[in-house]
Amino acid sequence: MTDDHVYLSLAEGSEDGDARWAFGTGFEDPLHGVDTVVPEVVDGRILAAYCLALGDDALVSAQRLAEWCTRAPELEEEVALANIGLDLLGQARLLLSRAGQAEGSGRDEDALAYFRDADALRNVRLAELPNGDFAFSIARLLVLATWRLALFERLTGSTDPVLAAVAAKGVKELTYHRDYAAQWTVRLGDGTCESHLRMQRGIEEIWPYVGELFATGPVEREAAAGGIGVDPAAVREEVGATLLQVADAATLALPALPADPHPGGGRWGEHTDALGPLLAEMQSVARAHPEATW
Amino acid sequence: MVTAQRVEAPHLESIRTRARRVAEAVPDPELPMLTLADLGVLRGVEVDADGTVTASITPTYSGCPAMAEMRSDVAARLRAAGFPEVRIRTVLDPPWTSDWISAEGRRKLAEYGIAPPGPAPRRAVGPVPLTLSPTRRAVACPRCGSSETEETSRFSATSCKALWRCRNCLEPFEHLKEI
Repeated sequence: MTDDHVYLSLAEGSEDGDARWAFGTGFEDPLHGVDTVVPEVVDGRILAAYCLALGDDALVSAQRLAEWCTRAPELEEEVALANIGLDLLGQARLLLSRAGQAEGSGRDEDALAYFRDADALRNVRLAELPNGDFAFSIARLLVLATWRLALFERLTGSTDPVLAAVAAKGVKELTYHRDYAAQWTVRLGDGTCESHLRMQRGIEEIWPYVGELFATGPVEREAAAGGIGVDPAAVREEVGATLLQVADAATLALPALPADPHPGGGRWGEHTDALGPLLAEMQSVARAHPEATW
Repeated sequence: MVTAQRVEAPHLESIRTRARRVAEAVPDPELPMLTLADLGVLRGVEVDADGTVTASITPTYSGCPAMAEMRSDVAARLRAAGFPEVRIRTVLDPPWTSDWISAEGRRKLAEYGIAPPGPAPRRAVGPVPLTLSPTRRAVACPRCGSSETEETSRFSATSCKALWRCRNCLEPFEHLKEI
């Protein structure tokens, strides 16, 4: 791909380079202009599978966060959730593009985001659960952001330089995602009787899906062994300690993390019934008009 | 007009200076009062012996929707200035920080009514510490200069800005966040 894209003529026509952009499919590759050679020490197949899973977590989370638009309790929170979703969508685009390059299949971010069915997605199930009330969404965001931040901090040392760079950038973003969710958890947990009750219920409702975050699948095992990725079991203690710190400040009771999470769940392609309708909404336009760009 | 043939070294230096000036003057699509150089998004401009100009840019946030526009704008400006061979490189590492906004950029932001960022948080070794209470920052009102200001929302119309309010002149204003 060159730097001449469809908007270039607009830019050239104006002294100010006043090209505007649109949103949809047909985006320029987010890794355009980046050195994307997969180093020899890195197994492209494992790198692809590993980036795909982390990309799917972000993609599905971003879609759920975007659903809060026009539905959040306050305008400021709607903007906050949309901004956090935008960061995650950016991470998803980079990771899915990297996955496509590493697997060498020629699939780009659009092919991976819009043309895979639920059983081909590898996101953890926690990300796909319906939004519930604001407290449920905050509980979910707190756990996912805390977990992802712990993973990304370690991924800054990945043997794949692109994944390491995506992680280094992501750490800055996930830091304020986690702080946002943690501050709301404290405000609601240590708030009124009603808000405390709802926050506690939110935590209890997400808990059956939390153990899965620390289960080591074959991809994670190989990725960790090759220095590409992180064994999620390695962040369990740190994540648990951070969540406990938030729960204490919020006067909430935190159930224990399961000691030995059973394999299975989203990373194995086993999803809840909630993922299908989410994908149907996200993918319908791209599938109805597969060649369209705008 | 620079043609794609070998260029002598002293001449090359002057071409590089000219190419750099052109690229440095490209405005940011979201904050057009700033150039990409002011914002620290332009990471370098190099010219090969064959006259090819390579400009390097970096995204501010992972979800920055303006990267394609920046690439297109820089390439178009350089071509319009007489550099036919232009390559735009995207640099992801090290990640952008608000500390890269130049003194000139900070002045322009304030002049435009956006409070410039303070120093970005420095990270110690080890896990990122949790922040459970709102961070207290001294942000001066870009309109009246008062330090009697408060954050109204950490998130706003673009990823890089927060919403603030001045308790002295009662005006709302935006603040470019430290990252």
